Amino acid sequence: MNRALFLDQRQEEWLRFERMVAELESKGRSEDAFELPSLYRRVCQDLALVRSRSYGADLESRLHPLVLRGHQLLYRGHPLSWERVVDFLAVGFPRLVREETRLVLLCSALFLLPMVGVVLALSFDGDLIYSLLKPEQVMEYEAMYADEGTFGRESDSDVLMFGFYIYNNIGIALRTFATGIFFGIGAIFTLVFNGLFLGAVGGHLVASGYGGTFLPFVVGHGAFELTGIVLAGVAGTRLGLSLITPGNRSRIGSLAVQSRRLVPMIWGIILLLLLAAFVEAFWSSSGAPAPVRYGVGAALWIAVISYFVFGGRRR
Amino acid sequence: MLDTRFSVETPEGVDLSLAVAGPAPRALAWVIDSFLRLIGYGVVATLLAVLGTAGEGLFLIVLFLGEWFYPVLFEVKGRGATPGKRALGLIVLHDDGTPVGWSAALIRNLLRFADFLPLAYGFGLASMLIDRRFRRLGDLAAGTLVVHREPMQVSLAQLRPVAALAPPVLLQPEEQRAVVDFARRRSSWTDDRAAELANAAAPLTGARGGLGAARLEAMAAWLLGSR
Repeated sequence: MNRALFLDQRQEEWLRFERMVAELESKGRSEDAFELPSLYRRVCQDLALVRSRSYGADLESRLHPLVLRGHQLLYRGHPLSWERVVDFLAVGFPRLVREETRLVLLCSALFLLPMVGVVLALSFDGDLIYSLLKPEQVMEYEAMYADEGTFGRESDSDVLMFGFYIYNNIGIALRTFATGIFFGIGAIFTLVFNGLFLGAVGGHLVASGYGGTFLPFVVGHGAFELTGIVLAGVAGTRLGLSLITPGNRSRIGSLAVQSRRLVPMIWGIILLLLLAAFVEAFWSSSGAPAPVRYGVGAALWIAVISYFVFGGRRR
Repeated sequence: MLDTRFSVETPEGVDLSLAVAGPAPRALAWVIDSFLRLIGYGVVATLLAVLGTAGEGLFLIVLFLGEWFYPVLFEVKGRGATPGKRALGLIVLHDDGTPVGWSAALIRNLLRFADFLPLAYGFGLASMLIDRRFRRLGDLAAGTLVVHREPMQVSLAQLRPVAALAPPVLLQPEEQRAVVDFARRRSSWTDDRAAELANAAAPLTGARGGLGAARLEAMAAWLLGSR
C-alpha cells in the first residue's frame, strides 16, 4: 500500500473521528460515542503506520493531534460521586488521620506546648504580653471581649465574620500545607507561631479577667479549628518528610506519592475549618448563656475526637 | 525545539509527543488569569455592595474561592486549561498524558503558594529552570505537566516548491523533523548560511554546499508527502 492509497482508504474515518471528538469536547455527548474506543484505536494504528512507513510528517502532524484529543476523552479519571464523598467522610478521612497518629501527636505538641508555655508565663508576669504583641493589638483584643454586649451584634456582621474566618483561617491552613514542601519547615513554623500567638492572646485575656467572655466564645469552634490547624501541620510535615525520607523511591517520586495520598486530608481540613467558621460566626457569638456554650463546646470536642478515634474502623 | 519534546506511550502503543511549555507563556497565562479574576472581583464587589456588611462577608468567600480554587475548577472542568492558559494554547495534563483530575489540580494549585515564595514565583521559576520538563514545585508534587495544546502543524504549503527526493535511508522521526524544520526555515536564511547548515547533513545528502541544501529541501518535500 502506498501513501495515496492509504490516504484514500482512511481519510473518511479520520474526518468522522474528528467530528465525534469535537462534538464530545463541546457538548459532552455524541450519538455514536459508543464507537469512540474502536475508532480511536484504529486512528492510533494509522498513526503508528504513518510513522513506521514514513508516510510523511504532514500526515503525522494531522493524526497526532487527533490521537491526543481522543486519548484525553478516553482516559479520564472517575467523576465525583456521592458514594465517594460519603466513603471519604465515614472511612477515608479518619483512617488517614489515624495512619498519621505519630505526626498528629508531634504536631499537637508543636502547637500546644508553646501555647501552654505562654499562658503559664503570662500568669506569672502579665507584662510579658507586650514583648509578644503590639500594645494596639492588645487593646484591640481586650476591646473585643470587654463585655457581653459585643456579642449581641447584628446578623449582618455574623455573615461578615463567617466570610472573614473562611478567607483567613482556611487560607492559613492551606498555606501551612503548601509551605510544608520546604522540608516541613513552613508547616512547623506556622504551628509554633500560631501556638504562641493564640497562647498570648488567650493567656493575656484570661489573666486580665476577660476569661468569662473569652473562654465560652472559643470553646465551641475550637474543636474544629484547632484540629484543623494541627492536621494542616500534619499534612505539611508529611509533605516535607516525603522529601527527607523518601524510602526506596526517588525524592520527586516519593513527593508525588505522598501528595496524592494527602488529598483526602486536605479536603477534610477544609471541611473542618468551614465548620469552625460556621460555628464561630453563628454560634460562638450568640447570646447563649456560658454554661450552655461550655456544654456544647464539650460535646463538639468529644464528637471530633471520637470521630477520629473510632471513625472508619471495621466492626 | 526538539529538547522540549517529551513522549508518553499510550496503552495503544503509540507515542504521544508533548511539547512542554516554558516559563514565558505560562507567566503570560497567569497575567491574563489574574486580570480576569480582578475584573470578576470588581463585578462581584459591585453587586454585593447592595447587601452592605453581609455582602462584605460574601465577598471574602468569593475572594477565598477565587484565590485558591479558580485554577482548580477551570483545570478540571475546562478541559485542562484556565481561560489564560486557553488563550496561550496551554493545557495541564498528568505526566502520563491523561487529563488532569481533581486531586492533581488541587495539589498543584495549593502548592502554587510555595512556588510563589520568596517573591514573584521565585522558587517556581528556579524549579522550572532546573527541571527538564519545566515543572514547578506544584507540578512535581501533583505529577502534572503544562504542554502546548496544538503541536506545531506541518504541511507542504509551508515549504518552497521543489521536486521531491526520497532520502537514501529510512530516517528516524527526530531526523525527519530536523530535515523538515530545515526546509521550513530555509527562506529566512541566505544561501550561504543554508549551505553551511546543510554541510552538517552531508553524509545524508552526499553533497556539500548549495547542492546539499537543495537536496535537503527536496527530501523535506518528500517527507511531507510530495512525490
